Amino acid sequence: MGLFILRRTGVMILTALCLTFIVFFLTNLYPNLEKLAKTQGNFRMSDEAVASWLDARGYLDPLPAKYGQWLGVLPGWTRQTEDGVTGRCITGTVSAEEAAAAPRFCGILQGDWGVSTRFKAEVSEVISVRLALTGKLMFWVLVLMVPTALLIGVLAGMKEGSKTDRTLSTVSILTTATPEYVSGVIFIAVFASSAVGLKWFKGTATSAMEEANFNNFFLPVLTIALYGMGYIARMTRASMTEVMTAQYIRTARLKGVAFRDIVLKHALRNALIAPFTVIMLQFPWLLNGVVIVEVLFNYKGFGWTLVEAAGNNDIELLLGVSVVSVLVVLLTQLISDIGYVYLNPRIRIS
Amino acid sequence: MEPLGTFDIITRILWQFTPVWIALIILFALSAAFKRRLGLYGKLFDSPIGMIGFAIVMFWVFTGIFGAMDLIVTHDALEQVSGMKNKAPGTPLPDPGDGVYPWYLLGGDNLARDVFSRMVKGAWVVVQIAPLATLFAFMVGITLGLPAGYYGGRLDTVLSFLANLILAFPVILLFYLLVTPEIVDSGVPSYMAAVLFVFPIIFAGVLLNSRYHTQPRIRTPLLVGVLGVLIWFYLSLISTGGYLVNTPLYSIPALPEIVDLFDVPGGILVVFVSVVFVNSPTVFRIVRGLTMDIKTRDYVAAAQTRGEGPWYIMLWEILPNARGPLIVDFCLRIGYTTILLGTLGFFGLGLPPESPDWGSTINEGRKLLSIYLHPALPPALALLSLVLGLNLLADGLREESLKD
Repeated sequence: MGLFILRRTGVMILTALCLTFIVFFLTNLYPNLEKLAKTQGNFRMSDEAVASWLDARGYLDPLPAKYGQWLGVLPGWTRQTEDGVTGRCITGTVSAEEAAAAPRFCGILQGDWGVSTRFKAEVSEVISVRLALTGKLMFWVLVLMVPTALLIGVLAGMKEGSKTDRTLSTVSILTTATPEYVSGVIFIAVFASSAVGLKWFKGTATSAMEEANFNNFFLPVLTIALYGMGYIARMTRASMTEVMTAQYIRTARLKGVAFRDIVLKHALRNALIAPFTVIMLQFPWLLNGVVIVEVLFNYKGFGWTLVEAAGNNDIELLLGVSVVSVLVVLLTQLISDIGYVYLNPRIRIS
Repeated sequence: MEPLGTFDIITRILWQFTPVWIALIILFALSAAFKRRLGLYGKLFDSPIGMIGFAIVMFWVFTGIFGAMDLIVTHDALEQVSGMKNKAPGTPLPDPGDGVYPWYLLGGDNLARDVFSRMVKGAWVVVQIAPLATLFAFMVGITLGLPAGYYGGRLDTVLSFLANLILAFPVILLFYLLVTPEIVDSGVPSYMAAVLFVFPIIFAGVLLNSRYHTQPRIRTPLLVGVLGVLIWFYLSLISTGGYLVNTPLYSIPALPEIVDLFDVPGGILVVFVSVVFVNSPTVFRIVRGLTMDIKTRDYVAAAQTRGEGPWYIMLWEILPNARGPLIVDFCLRIGYTTILLGTLGFFGLGLPPESPDWGSTINEGRKLLSIYLHPALPPALALLSLVLGLNLLADGLREESLKD
């Protein structure tokens, strides 16, 4: 088990390095840098001016060197100018002595994530604030989604082909067929617009960032939860129907155990192993939903930040956002793998 | 003229769809008549769920096709009529000329265009791109997944690692990174297109070669013909205006314009590439899993004993036996691709802003959603019903293919 976790972690770190390198490569392509120079410097810069602006800020170093510096495994760049020394780890222009005293390495490993051009703040600060907001959203999504999905799945899978099964399966197919930007639009139209007039909920969740209540937070939570719910419910149903046809369930029935006890005591635990993996693997998709819903409901969390960073060519912030989202995805995969092994005695013992 | 009432609007919309109804009735009558001879497709008509799903899917396919032929639409999808901005469904045009349809059946959007016609035209965008992109993703996934599952070992490790790499990427981030104009200018999507679109050629080449390599007289002309056509298509697909990549800094020449069969509009190609790229790793994993399962069967051992080559076994023994789950997944995946296309449109990525595709129209409509519902709801419901239809169809197919 220890070796298994170690190997999985190794692969995970390698994956994270590859992915961040790809993002780094794509965001540091020359057209992007040129746009950065023009938005930060002057829109009417000539090509030479752009090149010198970029060179003075270390953007024209070879890609692996830049990546190493950003990661914090290579010493940051320094430039000698007439006024003094500038560098990656130095704020402003300083004298040679001060430059020597400055730290040599400053990348994300040292906690230096750079400065966001869009929010004019430290990237680490922006991300931690936004991530907390999205954490709140995700928490309520999971609270709503997981129990409902498991309940639907178990109820549908108890008796395959029954009327309950048919109805609930159709419901779960319907929810998987409704992407967030469709269900969100329909919910806003029905429950929040003045055209229909119900006005039960608010159509934006901006106020929920400060103070979330049922009125302004339920629609975004429901929109994300609904799309993931159907999939988890179908997986639970599949695994439940499989368990219900097993020999030991038949034995229990022949012994005269009540149906309620069969489901609760014999079937449920075995039926919930597969959905656990699925729930964990749903995280990357939830992340998608979060981006769409935060844009749709104007909830300024992590997903909204991603869109802002990408839309405004905010390179450092975009890199920070990708590091976090890639880590979230990989960590949930790791937990899913370990949890699966742990929950399933057949694998754990062999 | 008076605005139309709800009943009138519904009847008129149903009337506009007449060609679709006729096509659907003909299709269902023919299929029901010959269903015993049509294999899995025929069996679909035994399952009510599958039949409903198939009807919904074909409804949108026919709508897309007839819409592209200008049969269903009432107005041009880009035409703006002054005075029709954000008007409610059934509003008559202020001053219709001769031969112009005198109402906006589902109202006007915030640029005074006809919502109904845009929705119908949007179906064509989806019907064109989604199945084709899914097909390409399947080609990539099958061509890589079969050897990974069959040989295992280091090849499998490397390919699975790459697949997991792409799967760990948040899809929206990937879209933003690939589809922004700066990156399109640098030519990254064009290189990806050049790589991804090779796979169908490899697939067809290996498929035919492994089957006929013992009969060179059939094989050689067949391969030359098929590969010739495919490579021509491939070069036409990836080259635009005579170049593969044409940036201010450098350009790579490809097929000259005279022999270039068709030009794919730049935005569409980028969207296509990113959708194929996102879908193929999942297909790869499914095919790999199926191959690992099927390669332990007796008929594979029999083929190995006969001395058949590995590619023959993969493509002509394993693949046909994996078709059931693959067909089901193909339907589901078209639905998923539709959702992805909608996502791209929703974020205004790739497709031109005036494009009538459903995602872009939803995005435009949502901005005024609290006052005007009619521009956003029709495309949203259209997308919902198409994906639902595909899901039901997949469910029906799964049920029927499990029966035997």
